[in-house]
Amino acid sequence: MKKIILPLLCLILVISQITGCVEEEKAQEKVLIFGMSGDADKLDPADVTDGESISRMDNIFESLVEYTSGGTDIQPALATSWNVSNDGLNITLDLRKNVKFHDGTDFNADAVVFSFERQYNTSHPHHDYGEWAYWGYMFSDIESVEKNKDYQVIIHLKKPNAAMMTSLAMFTVAIISPTNAEKWGEDAFKHPVGTGPFEFVEWVKDDHITLKKYDNYWRDPAKLDKLIFRVIEDPSARLLAVQAGEIHGMEYPDPASFNLIKGDKDLQLLSQAGMNVGYLAMNTGYGYYDENENGVQDDDEPWVKTPGYFEPLTNVSVRKAINHAINKTSIIENLYKGTAIVAKNGMPPFMLGYNDDIEDFEYDPEKAVELLEEAGYPTGFNTTLWVMPVSRPYMFDPPKIAEAIQSYLADVGINVELYQIDWSTYLEETENGEHPMCLLGWTGDNGDPDNFMNVLYGPNSASIGTAGNVAFYNRSEVQEKFTEALQIYDTDERARLYEEAQVLIHEDAPFVYLAHATQNIVFRSNVKGYTLNPTERKFFYQVDIE
Amino acid sequence: MIWYIIKRLLQLAPVIIGVTIIAFSLIQIAPGDPARTMLGQHATQKEINEIREKYGLDEPIIVQYGIWLSGVLRGDLGRSIITNDLVVNEISSRFPNTIELTIAAMLFAILIGGFAGIISASKQYSVTDYTVMGVALFGISMPVFWLGIILMMVFGVMLGWLPIGGRIDLFIPFQRVTGFMVIDSIITFNLPALISSIKHLILPAIALGTIPMAMIARVTRSSMLEVLRQDFIRTERAKGLSERAVIYKHAVRNAMVPVVTVIGLNFGLLLAGAILTETVFSWPGLGRLVVEAVYERDYPLVVGCILIFAIVFVIVNLITDILYTYIDPRIKYE
Repeated sequence: MKKIILPLLCLILVISQITGCVEEEKAQEKVLIFGMSGDADKLDPADVTDGESISRMDNIFESLVEYTSGGTDIQPALATSWNVSNDGLNITLDLRKNVKFHDGTDFNADAVVFSFERQYNTSHPHHDYGEWAYWGYMFSDIESVEKNKDYQVIIHLKKPNAAMMTSLAMFTVAIISPTNAEKWGEDAFKHPVGTGPFEFVEWVKDDHITLKKYDNYWRDPAKLDKLIFRVIEDPSARLLAVQAGEIHGMEYPDPASFNLIKGDKDLQLLSQAGMNVGYLAMNTGYGYYDENENGVQDDDEPWVKTPGYFEPLTNVSVRKAINHAINKTSIIENLYKGTAIVAKNGMPPFMLGYNDDIEDFEYDPEKAVELLEEAGYPTGFNTTLWVMPVSRPYMFDPPKIAEAIQSYLADVGINVELYQIDWSTYLEETENGEHPMCLLGWTGDNGDPDNFMNVLYGPNSASIGTAGNVAFYNRSEVQEKFTEALQIYDTDERARLYEEAQVLIHEDAPFVYLAHATQNIVFRSNVKGYTLNPTERKFFYQVDIE
Repeated sequence: MIWYIIKRLLQLAPVIIGVTIIAFSLIQIAPGDPARTMLGQHATQKEINEIREKYGLDEPIIVQYGIWLSGVLRGDLGRSIITNDLVVNEISSRFPNTIELTIAAMLFAILIGGFAGIISASKQYSVTDYTVMGVALFGISMPVFWLGIILMMVFGVMLGWLPIGGRIDLFIPFQRVTGFMVIDSIITFNLPALISSIKHLILPAIALGTIPMAMIARVTRSSMLEVLRQDFIRTERAKGLSERAVIYKHAVRNAMVPVVTVIGLNFGLLLAGAILTETVFSWPGLGRLVVEAVYERDYPLVVGCILIFAIVFVIVNLITDILYTYIDPRIKYE
């Protein structure tokens, strides 16, 4: 036994020395480790739609314009100024000079044209390397992007689009290094090179992505030396890691642990209204087949019954009755556990054109019964509610929310059966209009009201098979207002049109707007300078550790 | 013996073809569409069709399988639909982590479980026996998720002895060679990395190894009890051999055949079944990868993973069969 003790003591001594060295190393560098709920899919900003990939890339890449800190107004980034032609069809942008990509390539008009063109030009040599999911949906109004001078580009639009400038702050149109893209070809998504405050170091799949400070950043360099995104899927494990000091911050804390976090002096909980909405959509009965795939209901594309056509829901009194029958306040308090506010309109309150004068349908089961009688359904009816199989911040616990709705509707005589299927089939079926009622929601992409209003409630979006408007709400005046609002650049005028549209939607009650979820992030209390952004994108440029 | 091994390895081919056909069919029967998952809400039909065409998802299943199989024969498992990376890269970056975790968990299970089973059998109906079997029952019934969180709270947060999750301390400079962290830190003479990677292994290995440990303990006990009742044991005791020699020298080896079977089966199961442990401990392994791939309907990745699981399972079974001949020389393969 004695023979073992001496070498063992020596070993412990050596280990403690080595661990000591590592501790010292930690102290010298400012390294922030942030716990994410999942890994990135790809690190090409134009080729992703998931928040996990975007969070990493928002610190590596930059777009021509960016959001103001904590807001969705735009300010210059890689473009220093811009102007829109009188006909609204050309946007000329002056580019920032003396900016270099992390690989030393100059940032200029060529890089901008490359980053855009590979997405829309099908004969571009890099076009086949991505799916460019957001281009078709957010940027299809762009005809082309042209280099005018070395540091000036012109974006030519097919039709005026007042949301385009805000959309230019999206990750989809972040500027990538053309040299790097050419060097790696199809695998460039694993080697991201942008102009942002941090440059890419390594990606160990399902484990971590390491970024380091970019010393030649065109603004002052970031305060952190290293930024590491670590994947910890389980929210309890993520919180334990923050508590133990293994990581400095985390996303998506479990609301059940909010009190614990608030009571821990070493932790801070940051919360802000999120840019989202969760709703129950009632299939109003008629959609159209967008034969020419132009996203517009043309004269030769008539309104036809949706597969899930259900007579009672075509009646506005029934839809209002359902709105009155559901106690949203109770759902928010008990099921969202305080992580959301009650919604009365289809977009969050801080957005341009939000109509606060609208009075929400109050919870009044008796009135609901009266309305049902008035509509000719004194004994109610049977129907089915499609229930999301996945949880989203705006639909915190879909099965429980569905059960609550089921019980509220049973009180007024409407018997609801719940239906669940896997997520991709769910999207397919609801976009086909196979449901009488469904739960769904939306997180905004660019901070523009068009991205909620037109996408979710516009009759043009009521196309069977690809519907964004899953209530298949089709009042033509509403579409006219949305279309007009997108074509004028005067913000007051736009706001007025959206406000008016919300009044019309409220009159027809095709949705029960349930909630706007707040976004929540936990940091250790020595982390300073983080500002939440309504888009839920994560920018660490200003963050520091004390 | 050599012929036996060659014959068994040749049998691998039909097994693997069968497994991949089943995997291919099942995932196609299951509802869901990878194109839609990839494009998210509000994808246009045109975009969806383009993706289906690009990845051959619009072809009949037989054709898809044929294309895939011809790729496999050329060593190409295709690209993941969701991440666009080569399936081989996706799997090879997780495979070493999974193997390390499985080996560590099995070591824990074999050492503790085996020893507990032996003690328990040699002191049948004693307090020790009841205690050990009680603990084993507890171990079998323990939800891995819960056990993992408790271990993390106690050893990670309260005592601060061991890290909460991940594969290695991200502050330690580390050079990847084989992908096996423990081996890499040894061959690069990186002591801090070695210590860190072992420390990161301990809690997940305990969480993952608890159920097999309990199973091994129970099987060892019953197998030992059977052996201890046999005539040759009585003879040895009559010869005057010490109880220690009787048990460890003669009984244990004779009792090992069923135990090795259980170990072999569990090893295969742990490889694919570590998803809960991997999730709780943020362990970048194959279990998480395959579950994620199934959720996202990433067909090439799912079938690629299943192929690897099948190969490893068959090989582990073969090793188990060979081990029998060493444990019990009466077993012979023609």
